[in-house]
Amino acid sequence: MEVVLAVLTGGMVAGSVFLMLSKNLVRFIFGLVLASNAVNLVIFAAGRLETSQPPLIPENASHAAGAVANSLPQALILTAIVIGFALLAFIFILFLCTYETLGTVDTEAMTDAESLAEEDSAAGGTHS
Amino acid sequence: MNSGLAAPIIIPFATAAVVLLGRHQPTFQHATSIVAAALHLAIGAWLLNEVHHSGIQVLHVAAWQAPFGIALVADHLSALMVVITGVIYTAVSIYSRGEINADLRRRGYYPLLHILVGGISGAFLTGDLFNLYVWFEVMLMASFALLVMGKTRAQLDGGVKYVVINLISTLLFLTGLGLVYGMTGTLNMAHLHVKLKMVSDPGLVAAVAVLFLTAFGIKSGLFPLFFWLPASYHTPPVATSAIFAGLLTKVGVYALIRTFTLIFPFEDNGLRGLVLVAAAATMIVGVLGAATRYHIRRILSFHIISQVGYMILGLGLFTPLALAGAVFYLLHHIIVKANLFLISGLIQRYGGSFELSRTGGLYRSRGWVALLFFIPAFSLAGFPPLSGFWAKMILIRASLEAGHFVLAAVAAVVGLLTVYSMVKIWSEAFWKPQPEAIKDNTVAPPRLDAWMLAPIVAMAALTVLIGLSPEPVYQLARAAADELLEPGAYVYTVIGTMR
Repeated sequence: MEVVLAVLTGGMVAGSVFLMLSKNLVRFIFGLVLASNAVNLVIFAAGRLETSQPPLIPENASHAAGAVANSLPQALILTAIVIGFALLAFIFILFLCTYETLGTVDTEAMTDAESLAEEDSAAGGTHS
Repeated sequence: MNSGLAAPIIIPFATAAVVLLGRHQPTFQHATSIVAAALHLAIGAWLLNEVHHSGIQVLHVAAWQAPFGIALVADHLSALMVVITGVIYTAVSIYSRGEINADLRRRGYYPLLHILVGGISGAFLTGDLFNLYVWFEVMLMASFALLVMGKTRAQLDGGVKYVVINLISTLLFLTGLGLVYGMTGTLNMAHLHVKLKMVSDPGLVAAVAVLFLTAFGIKSGLFPLFFWLPASYHTPPVATSAIFAGLLTKVGVYALIRTFTLIFPFEDNGLRGLVLVAAAATMIVGVLGAATRYHIRRILSFHIISQVGYMILGLGLFTPLALAGAVFYLLHHIIVKANLFLISGLIQRYGGSFELSRTGGLYRSRGWVALLFFIPAFSLAGFPPLSGFWAKMILIRASLEAGHFVLAAVAAVVGLLTVYSMVKIWSEAFWKPQPEAIKDNTVAPPRLDAWMLAPIVAMAALTVLIGLSPEPVYQLARAAADELLEPGAYVYTVIGTMR
C-alpha cells in the first residue's frame, strides 16, 4: 500500500512541477492544485497506513481495544485542505484580475512591477 | 500557565472584527486601531517583563497538556519579537491616517492590517509546528489581500509573483512537517527537540531540515530564493509596504532561528556551512541589487535582503555572541527598515516621486525630512552611534572570534556598500535641485501631516536611543541567545520532564 501511495505521490509531484514550470499562469495553477494534494497524501502516509479499526473507544472502556487508525493526520490534512481551498479561491480571483488588467497570462509578458525603464507609472504612486 | 500569552493574538483579531463593523466611520476605525495597537504593545512589554523576571512562559491552550494540545510559548526571543511587532503595529496604525484613502478603507485595509498582525503574533508565540503553519497562512492571506489592494498594474504583477512563490514555500513547509510527524509522531517543537535526536537515520533528518531551510529561506528572502521580494514590496501603499518590510521577512528569519536552534540544532547536521554561504551571498547580492536601482522603495527592498543576510550570519555562526547579534540585528532592523519605508512616503509626497531622477531639492524645501531620513539610513549603514553600528559590530566581532575572517570582511564591505545606496538617495532626493520639469507641475505642496510625521519621529528617536544605550537591548538579546543555545529550559517548561 505504501508503495502504491509513494508512486502516486511521486507522479503527482512530477506532473505538478512540469505544470508549474510553464509560463502560462493557468497551467501553473493546475500544477499548484496537484502539488497541494500530493502534499496532503504525504501527510496521510506519514501517519502510517494500516487496515485497522476507526479510532473509537467503546462505551465503558478507558482505551480502544486493538489497533486503531491514526486520526491526527486526518485532522491535519483537513486543516490543510480548508486553508488550501481558501488560498486557491483567492489565487484564481487574483489571476483573473491580473488577466483582465494586464491582458495576458504569460508571466514573461508581465513586467509592470519591475520595468527596466523604472517609471513612476510602473511602480509607486498607488495612493494618489 | 499564563493566559496573558494569548492576548497579543486575540487583540488584533478582535479589533479586526470591531473595525469591520465600523467600516463607514473612518475616525472610529483609525482610533480603534491605534488603541488596539498600543494595547498590543503594552501587553508585549508586560510579557517581556514576565519572561525576563520569571522565566519562560507557557500556555497550554484549552488545558490540553503539550505535546497533545497546542502550546503557546514565550521565551526571550518570542517576547522581544512580540514587543517589536507592537511598535511597528502602533506606528503603522498612526501613519495610516495620513495615507489610507477612502477607497482603500472601503476595500478593508484596517481589518486586514489587524489580521496580518494577529497572524504574525501567533507565529512568534506558538510552540507547535502545525500551528506555526496555520499562522503563516493567516499572515499570508492577509498580506496577499493587502498587497494587491487597489489593483494597479504593478501591484497585480508583483502580487502574482509574491503569491506564487510564497505558496510554493508553504507547500515545502507542509511537506517537511508531514515528514517530521512521520518520523517522530509529534509536532510540538519542544517535544521534537527530544524526539528527533532519537531518529536513527541522520540523513533523513538532514533532508527534512533542508525542506525547512528552503521553505523559511523563501519567506525570509535568503539567496537564492529572494526574487519575489524586490518584485513586489515597492508596489502597495507605503503603510502596507512598511509593515511588510519590517515584519514579514523577519517572521521567516524568526522561524529559521527557532527551527535551527530547537528542532534541528546545527550540531546534529551538516547544514551550518550551507547557511553561512547563503548568508554571505544574501548580503552581497542584496546590496549589489540595491546599488543598481534608482527607485527609493526598490533600493530599500534590496536592502532588506542584504540585511537578512546579517541575521542569518548570526544564526550560522551559532555562538552565544553571534546569536545575540542576530537578535539585536532583528530588533534594530525592523525599526529602521519600517521607518525608512514610511519616510519614502514623505519623500514621495513632498518631492513628487519615488523615482530618484524625478525628485530632488528636499534639503532646501523640507530640511526636516532630510534629518529624519538621515537617522535610519545611516543606522542601516552602521554609523556610530546609531543602533546599526552596534548590531554590525557584534556580528563582525562574533565572526572574528569564530575565526571566520572572510565573513567578517564581507559583513564590513556590505556595510560600506550600504552607505553608497544611502548616499545615492541622499544626494538625489535631498541635495540635487528639483528637476525643472517636475517643479512646473507641482501644485501647492501638501500640508504637513502630523499623523505621518509622529511615528517616523518616534521610531527615529528609538533608533538613536538604542544607539546611545545599547546595553539593555543587548542584555535581552543575549538572554534570548543563551536560551536558544541551551533549549533545555524551554523543553522542560513546555513538556516537563516526560520522555
